[in-house]
Amino acid sequence: MAENLLKVENLTVKVDEKEILHGINMEVNAGETHVIMGPNGAGKSTLGLAIMGNPKYTVSEGKISLDGEDITEEPANERAKKGLFLSFQAPIEVPGITLSEFLRNALQQRSDKRIKFWDFKKEVEENMELLDMDEKYLQRDLNVGFSGGEKKKAEVLQLLMIKPKLAILDETDSGLDVDAVKTVSKGISEYMKKCGGTLLIITHNTRILESLSVDKTHIIVKGKLAAEGDGSMVQKIIENGFAEFEK
Amino acid sequence: MKEKTKVSDIDRNIYDIKDEEKDAYRIEEGLTREIVEKLSKEKNDPDWMREFRLKALDIYNELQVPEWGPSIEGLNMDEIVTYVRPNTKMSAKWSEVPDDIKNTFDRLGIPEAERQSLAGVGAQYDSELVYHNVRKEVEEQGVIYTDMESALKGEYAEMVKEHFMKLVPPTDHKFAALHGAVWSGGSFVYVPPGVSVEIPLQSYFRLNAPGAGQFEHTLIIVDEGADLHFIEGCSAPKYNVANLHAGCVELFVGKGAKLRYSTIENWSKNMYNLNTKRAKVEENGRIEWVSGSFGSHVSYLYPMSVLNGKGARAEFTGVTFAGNDQNLDTGTKVIHNAENTSSYVNTRSISKDGGVSTFRSAVVITEKAKNSKSSVSCESLMVDNISRSDTIPAMDIRTRFADVGHEAKIGKISDDAVFYLMSRGLSEEEAKALIVSGFADNVSKELPVEYAVEMNNLIRLEMKGSIG
Repeated sequence: MAENLLKVENLTVKVDEKEILHGINMEVNAGETHVIMGPNGAGKSTLGLAIMGNPKYTVSEGKISLDGEDITEEPANERAKKGLFLSFQAPIEVPGITLSEFLRNALQQRSDKRIKFWDFKKEVEENMELLDMDEKYLQRDLNVGFSGGEKKKAEVLQLLMIKPKLAILDETDSGLDVDAVKTVSKGISEYMKKCGGTLLIITHNTRILESLSVDKTHIIVKGKLAAEGDGSMVQKIIENGFAEFEK
Repeated sequence: MKEKTKVSDIDRNIYDIKDEEKDAYRIEEGLTREIVEKLSKEKNDPDWMREFRLKALDIYNELQVPEWGPSIEGLNMDEIVTYVRPNTKMSAKWSEVPDDIKNTFDRLGIPEAERQSLAGVGAQYDSELVYHNVRKEVEEQGVIYTDMESALKGEYAEMVKEHFMKLVPPTDHKFAALHGAVWSGGSFVYVPPGVSVEIPLQSYFRLNAPGAGQFEHTLIIVDEGADLHFIEGCSAPKYNVANLHAGCVELFVGKGAKLRYSTIENWSKNMYNLNTKRAKVEENGRIEWVSGSFGSHVSYLYPMSVLNGKGARAEFTGVTFAGNDQNLDTGTKVIHNAENTSSYVNTRSISKDGGVSTFRSAVVITEKAKNSKSSVSCESLMVDNISRSDTIPAMDIRTRFADVGHEAKIGKISDDAVFYLMSRGLSEEEAKALIVSGFADNVSKELPVEYAVEMNNLIRLEMKGSIG
């Protein structure tokens, strides 16, 4: 029997002693695309950050497993090496390291062999073309002075280079214009196609999902799983909002 | 029967390797008139220099140790052996340098640096220059790069006499007086008018004997319209006896000339670094200081720029990293003494494991300095909750026609940034080291690439084990 790639059991999360998530359960199989929706402040980002292992988010109860292995106590970098990835809602600016150096560094963490510069260069250039990103960004410090759109594209570039087993995309489409959403969406489908990836997408709209087939939708309201359904649920939410789940 | 357990020192890094001490000559501890005379005789000083030293000694005896900065109580002047000369003569051939000294330099990468086509290498091992090599093309341009002792007697003797400790007189402070009395070794550089030295000249200083102070003197004269980059790199192995460094750097920047003076200091963690550096800049001249302070137990270091001619300009870019048991008091001074002069100060300080880092700056704009500009910006980063960072900026503006700005920021490492990097696979330690190197990139961006790499390696070494 195939194990779930990601299994979240009774996940209860606190920030500064305040409980934000109250016992979330979720199962994601390899190759699937899941969507998480919910009103602002419902705990969607908290779920993503807790799965990735942000130490600010304390797991007071429950368990997170990746590939059948309990990772609840693992630091974020170990989770990353095991195949987890989180695309940040607000990517952080890190002066002193260029995007290019950072990507190579991140890839080197996952490989015993030395990464050949020319292979790296070829791959990164292909991906940047796909994402309609100027190659000049490679030589700029990581996210420093990038526009909102470029930051999100840089996240998707990292996704395409790192090729994780499971990627959590936290509002990767927010704040983007129509064209940029299309480009980012293209990048995400490329990840699914080329890397046989698995997605957990936190979003408020459907545009980013257009070229993807959604297997499951989870609705989170007030830190609890309020409902689950198939891909068609996304459209219903967009039309009717969350009112019916908020009672 | 009792057994004694010997605990050996932890090997800090390659900079802590110490060689067996083989002194040719070593004078008694403590400082008296006889010692200074003996030292002067041994060095074959010209008469004026002997007089100078003795006068400086008198001043030294009169002056008090400073009481406004970090404590230097651990420093006992009676125990400082002022002069240790290595077992070798000045040598321009690598093959003639003794093996143990050579090994030290090998570890520090000096021949490597030379291979990378850097210009003249003057490396100071203890108090004498043992290795000195000026590349032909630099010499052909008429550039003089030699050790101070030779300069004192050679073709440029008059020039040296005219400038020696004129910018930093022995009366400046107690340790300047000490320097005047017992100085030994160092570099002399003269760049003739209009000559632009394309490759940086560099010198590597190193202290190697327990209880030995180092008092090297650097005198650089960049004549009208000339251009030079001088790099001073320092590292020293670690000892248990208090060590003192009271060097002196005097820079004369002529009309329309430009001098960049870069330093990476990584003194051992028991060193008292009481160094004095000063530059005088004439009309439309320019001094650029690039300064990285990493080592020492206590540092007092404030390179000073005297903008003496119209349109003269000073830039100071610095980074200071204070770790466990370090109290580093660093900064800069600028005197605007002519119209249209400008100064830009941009510093970063990092403190960690209880280290104390203080930024101290003084900008003086005299009445004469109309239409002058000064901008001072300092940022501090504390890596943990037990470290300390202070900012003490002083400004003394004597004219209404000046444009002065000051900006200070103090912060801690952002947990979100650490998490972001960790989510890409970097360990907590690597993530923090990366953020700290990035914070110091104002300096690393100004350094030649091999020095920037060394500086980042130093930061990485210092950040290691900071996760408890």
